[in-house]
Amino acid sequence: MTEFLQQLINGLALGSILALIALGYTMVYGILRFINFAHGDIFMLGAFAGFYLAPKVAMFLPMPSIGGGLAVMGISMAICAVVGILIEKLAYRPLRRSPKLTVLITAIGVSLLIEYTCQNDHVFGAAPKSFPTIFPEYHITQLSGLSLNSNQIIVFAVTLILLLALRFIVLKTKIGMAMRALSFNPEAAALMGINTDIVISFTFGLGSALAAAAGILFAVNYPSIDPLMGVLPGLKAFVAAVLGGIGNLPGAALGGVIIGVTETLVAGYISSTYRDAIAFGILIIILLVKPSGLLGKKEIEKV
Amino acid sequence: MNIRHAKTFFLGALVLCFLVSLFANQINSYWLFISYDIGINIILAVSLNLINGYTGQFSLGHAGFMAVGAYTAAAITNQFGELNPYLSIAVFLGALLAGGLLAAVAGLLVGIPTLRLRGDYLAIVTLGFGEIIRVVFQNMQSVGGARGLSVMHGWTNFFWAFGFAAVTVYVVTALVHSTYGRGFIAVRDDEVAASAMGISTTKYKVTAFVVGAFFAGIAGGLYAHSKQFITPGGFNFMQSIAIVVMVILGGMGNTIGVIIAAILLTLLPEGLRAIADIEHIPGIVTAHPFVWVSDTRMIIYSLLLIILMLTRPQGLFSLRKSLSK
Amino acid sequence: MTALLQIDKATIRFGGLTAVSELDLQIGRNELVGLIGPNGAGKTTVFNLITGVYQPTGGEIIFDNRSLVGRKPHQITRHGIARTFQNIRLFGSMTVFDNVRITAQLHCPRGVRNALWRGSAFRDGEKEIADEVMALLEIFQLGKFRDALANGLSYGDQRRLEIVRALATRPKLLLLDEPAAGMNAIEKIELMRLIQFIKDKYQISVLLVEHDMQVVMGICERIAVLDYGIKIAEGKPEEIRANSKVIEAYLGS
Repeated sequence: MTEFLQQLINGLALGSILALIALGYTMVYGILRFINFAHGDIFMLGAFAGFYLAPKVAMFLPMPSIGGGLAVMGISMAICAVVGILIEKLAYRPLRRSPKLTVLITAIGVSLLIEYTCQNDHVFGAAPKSFPTIFPEYHITQLSGLSLNSNQIIVFAVTLILLLALRFIVLKTKIGMAMRALSFNPEAAALMGINTDIVISFTFGLGSALAAAAGILFAVNYPSIDPLMGVLPGLKAFVAAVLGGIGNLPGAALGGVIIGVTETLVAGYISSTYRDAIAFGILIIILLVKPSGLLGKKEIEKV
Repeated sequence: MNIRHAKTFFLGALVLCFLVSLFANQINSYWLFISYDIGINIILAVSLNLINGYTGQFSLGHAGFMAVGAYTAAAITNQFGELNPYLSIAVFLGALLAGGLLAAVAGLLVGIPTLRLRGDYLAIVTLGFGEIIRVVFQNMQSVGGARGLSVMHGWTNFFWAFGFAAVTVYVVTALVHSTYGRGFIAVRDDEVAASAMGISTTKYKVTAFVVGAFFAGIAGGLYAHSKQFITPGGFNFMQSIAIVVMVILGGMGNTIGVIIAAILLTLLPEGLRAIADIEHIPGIVTAHPFVWVSDTRMIIYSLLLIILMLTRPQGLFSLRKSLSK
Repeated sequence: MTALLQIDKATIRFGGLTAVSELDLQIGRNELVGLIGPNGAGKTTVFNLITGVYQPTGGEIIFDNRSLVGRKPHQITRHGIARTFQNIRLFGSMTVFDNVRITAQLHCPRGVRNALWRGSAFRDGEKEIADEVMALLEIFQLGKFRDALANGLSYGDQRRLEIVRALATRPKLLLLDEPAAGMNAIEKIELMRLIQFIKDKYQISVLLVEHDMQVVMGICERIAVLDYGIKIAEGKPEEIRANSKVIEAYLGS
């Protein structure tokens, strides 16, 4: 039982990180109906931004510390938001009226470009780097050997705060309302005077910032980072978004948690070598049983 | 290609492959191996073109089918020691076909559940299937698991590589250029209208997947017996994407364009390597002025892909205006 | 004699919305029936129910003594129902010839094997199909566009091609979804002649969904009127013209 609870905690931590990435996928899909394949790479860039920022921030703030760690995370989020906006502007915007597959292939191209560029020795290099300690670390051992470390608590706390902030933005602010209008009907939204370009840029920025936060949280928990670290979490987070019902924000969060927990449990109890296939297995099952996802709405094709 | 004489062309191509293979020992072995890669990539790209180009079902899992073929064929031929030439031909052919058939079964398994999916959803699910296949091989200790599998026989030669390329081109072309085969294109153009015209979209999609996967499996077998060492990692989704790029570059649903693209993209890395190796250019003082190319060749490759999509999404060699909707 | 198509209490709901409610409709052999109603009345939904694009949530649809409920669109086409679409759905990247040829699928069973072997059976079969297709295209004055891409035709020709393509499936019942949309007065008269001609030449039944009263009143033998998914009237053109419910539905209350 203790073992199970322990795995559950680990799974929830991983799931929270996947949830943050999945939100970016689902927001972009909700508005533009396309899979931003490069989203996993933004997650990676977030972690690397943290890697290079940590020593700089340490000049002004104590490190490791809560404040210093959050500062690193904040700046990394801002950087990635800008990167995300730029990618959309340069690569996706010219294709707004193109067939979906053209955009998908472009997104794959962008993803490859980021990965190969970052693997270049003059950029980050292909070899893994060890992520510095930016948050203070404690081990908390609870009843009957159940252990919870401070990094996991940080994951839960940060995720919760970001989810609440996102909820606030989407439901209570003007730009959030515009995002919802756009996902409902882009043409009508444009006719109502919504500047779609700004809303789309904002969505990419927001999603990228969340991915960057996820990248930092991931690196804090698994402190070896490399330019390809975003590939699998990115794909899994996409699966999480589909599982929850793509376009649906609470669904993406739920999907992330389910994938994270399932994967950790399977790795713990069955075989760790199959862990990377779990997410895809779930994807295939969900698309067969309920293609609209757990919380998604069914779409009727018009003829 | 004049479709009327497709069979004549096909037989001619086979004879040509055979004649060239007689002189294969005259060719420098480095280029000979590259020529095998070209043949294998033609098979992969043309077969994927049936699924992605003609039928409009965007598959990102071709490397998975290739893996099935490669492992099956290798596992079979590894059971045999040294054989006399005739027997080795029979064993090799049997192993390749077995690999192709097993890959076709995998194609059926992927094709059926993905029928309801379209566009980017389908792309991701096929990608997922490909990755699942890879993970399964990674866990199969009997074929070496993650460490990979040595293939004893280097039986792939010019005749096999290009002979099967000719078979693939013939089959795909002959299928599509018939009243029956126009159904693939109808499914791509408009599924609803196609079914309203009495076309079983299900059957066509599954057929495309099965035929495509079969040839990917054959290509996998040829690949295994050319490289003589295979790992599950070699069949990851980067490999699938590389095949997709050939199809896109050639122009979806344009077999000749896709063949040209497969040749060019196989030669591109060699070309870039040659450029990087240039020691001296008259007028430029530095030695090895293009050595940076070797580090950046994949960056160039991905940049080219993006630029291609932004400027000519219908492919380099296609006259059509745009991809299927 | 039983009706060719018999719809009994067909109902379909999308979530909370009942798009078609307990619809009864019969179409006899070689009869030309019109289905009219204001925008959003559910006319196209009725087509989609008959052709299997949607499955009814209740009721029964019998065609030629066989139930169509639960069958796939392509099976229903094989049973002898063909349709056109409100927003033209030709195979844009194919030629006019191929658009029609595609329907010959229905009559050539050993497709894969023949296409690969390319023996004399294949060549004869393809020749026969080509001759039939060309004959059909000639009847409808589309022969000269044989090798043109379907996308490149004029609007009126695209509409005509869609009808020809549907006819090539050799239907017993032809469903036409707003064929007069976007046509001018002269084209409409030609269209009416065309529909009448098809019905007489091929001895088939036609169900016509149409907004244009001139066309509907001009050629239909019987007209059913839908409003909010409910049939509010049915009868001969002159009866419909005088029906107060119909006038109310069209003028709004």
